[in-house]
Amino acid sequence: MRLLDQFEGSKLLPNIMHFGRVLRSAGLPVGPGKIIDAVNAVQTVGIASRKDFYWSLHAVFVNRRDQHDVYDQAFHIFWRDPRLLERMLGMLMPEVPGEEQNEPQEPPSRRIMEAMSPKEQEGQQQEQEKEPEVEVEATLTASANELLQKMDFEDMSAEEVAAAKAAISRMRLTIDEVPMRRFERSHRIDRVDMRATLRAAMRSGGGLIPLQYRRRRKRTPPLVILCDISGSMGRYTRMLLHFMHAITNDRDRVHTFLFGTRLTNVTRHLRQKDVDVALECCNDMVDDWSGGTRIGESLKEFNRFWSRRVLGQGAVMLLISDGLDRDAGRGLEIEMERLHKSCRRFVWLNPLLRFEGFEPKSQGIRAILPHVDEFRPVHNLESLTELVDALNRQLSRRQEGMGEWLQAM
Amino acid sequence: MSEQLPASIDDTMDLLSEGRYVADRSLATALFLALKLGRPLFLEGEAGVGKTEIAKVLSDTLGRNLIRLQCYEGLDVSSAVYEWNYSRQMIDIRIAEASGEEDRDRLEEDVFSDRFLIKRPLLQALELDLNGNPPVLLIDELDRTDEPFEAFLLEILSDFQVTIPETGTVKAEKPPIVIVTSNRTREIHDAIKRRCFYYWVDYPDAKRELEILDVKVPDADKDLSRQIVAFVQRLRSMDLFKLPGVAETIDWTNALVQLDKIDLDPETVNDTLGTLLKYQDDIEKVKGSEAANLLEQVKADLAARG
Repeated sequence: MRLLDQFEGSKLLPNIMHFGRVLRSAGLPVGPGKIIDAVNAVQTVGIASRKDFYWSLHAVFVNRRDQHDVYDQAFHIFWRDPRLLERMLGMLMPEVPGEEQNEPQEPPSRRIMEAMSPKEQEGQQQEQEKEPEVEVEATLTASANELLQKMDFEDMSAEEVAAAKAAISRMRLTIDEVPMRRFERSHRIDRVDMRATLRAAMRSGGGLIPLQYRRRRKRTPPLVILCDISGSMGRYTRMLLHFMHAITNDRDRVHTFLFGTRLTNVTRHLRQKDVDVALECCNDMVDDWSGGTRIGESLKEFNRFWSRRVLGQGAVMLLISDGLDRDAGRGLEIEMERLHKSCRRFVWLNPLLRFEGFEPKSQGIRAILPHVDEFRPVHNLESLTELVDALNRQLSRRQEGMGEWLQAM
Repeated sequence: MSEQLPASIDDTMDLLSEGRYVADRSLATALFLALKLGRPLFLEGEAGVGKTEIAKVLSDTLGRNLIRLQCYEGLDVSSAVYEWNYSRQMIDIRIAEASGEEDRDRLEEDVFSDRFLIKRPLLQALELDLNGNPPVLLIDELDRTDEPFEAFLLEILSDFQVTIPETGTVKAEKPPIVIVTSNRTREIHDAIKRRCFYYWVDYPDAKRELEILDVKVPDADKDLSRQIVAFVQRLRSMDLFKLPGVAETIDWTNALVQLDKIDLDPETVNDTLGTLLKYQDDIEKVKGSEAANLLEQVKADLAARG
């Protein structure tokens, strides 16, 4: 209780603690350790200026760039009451800051409000007034294209669905492993591992030096899945989500994005062990189920905001889409080229391929096709199994086997 | 020379400007906390916003050694922390053999002693320099390594110690000043970030960028600098794949100064765009009419402001 002693009689410590708790309930990873750090930081910097106070706590509590906005809002709401700050200052320091606070322009996000409101508790917490004028922004923006319907998958009988799900959950995707720059021990004759050799020599007293070997370790490259969830894909989406869930839980470094008219990263939700919980989470996250598709826009968004973060270290990409684009392929070609150039291998899975005599006619398809390394059907369990086999095979040259399709164009 | 650590945020600001680094007060706050509380500072931001520069400035102004660990995929203990000098060890064993040394324990102790230890950056960082000051350790572009390497760092970043199985734990007498940078090509694990003070280095606003140019390229014409900054700031609001950073602005200004320009014209912009934009798509997009357009707006703006 050393910390408490130092702050005896002041409300600053408990308030920092409460602020930390507010941040925690708003989703920031704030534990007791962080709160102690925060108190130390505030002690070091002092609270003569609001701005310094803000950035001291910022340095401690914020861990990622996207947490900044949450922190910013929480800070301005929590430390809003000027009298509160004034009184705190009065307790610790004689002078009063002259700076005025700048209030956030937009209404605070729901996350903050929910974190602030529950159980208005004891003591000085009461000091902060409730927010009477808060307008909770509508999360669902209605538009003609994003039909806000949850999908229905009544087509398959319950038994069939169960059987298919079970089969999918057993699927494994190892995708051809690539050599890393790290080494592991090997029993076959390979490179000499000097360190292990010397240790072995010590064990035998130095008279005999038995060589020890090491070899390059191998590892699967990261996998990035972009899945179309527009209306035309409706029947497959659910099954494919199961597939993505099985893959995500089987290996590390899988990133999953869903797109219709906009892009949503669902990687974290698919990490849930329970497939139903995972899909439920995805359902809640995405609000453009079964609407139109804007492949170009979505890929652009991906290129701009995610490609550099998830396509490092030689990632393999799966694009699951029928290639039917509402924007008729506008801007799609450029984005595809960029994407193709930033990954190790680009696989396009298209359910339309199940039709005999499929021809790459639509604008969207013609824009995508020149930039994929592999073009495969995905419409039933069999095609999924084939996909798994195909991806597990040794990597071929880029665009090998695409000649036929490119000619058809 | 060896200077004291700053005692307040204002001191930190002074220290940085002494090293010709123009910083926001928010950055100075984070840096001051890191120095004062002996924690690493984790800097994240786009390429070319001056993350690495901070470590260099610190080592310069504080008179400390700079130890730099450039991260890359596959970086491992033997190139980042320490390695044994195997050939010397071998020779030593041979000599011991020849002289009939039989005591295995002694031999082992001998072979795994400091003499044979090759120290790599992270181990060097735990040592004091001749004046008894700890160095500045720069762990650059941490996002380039793979995840397993981050685990090595945990022990060093939290306790400033390294455990070598053969000899034991090496602990720093005084903790080094640690700066970790990342371009965010992937998320760094929370366990690392938790041990650091975090700061996102953003692109500077026009006023700040002008100050930076003033400090970094003092012989540039003032009007030219203003035009350059306004132009770059406009570029940053465009839909480009890689926005130009401060480093690019400085490069561009230097290039223009070398070309004896005192005024931007569309032709010069087109010719030198390569110093500013690093992707062919981006250059294609801006080159020609778009650049001329931007330039016109910039000049009109500056004229309006006087």
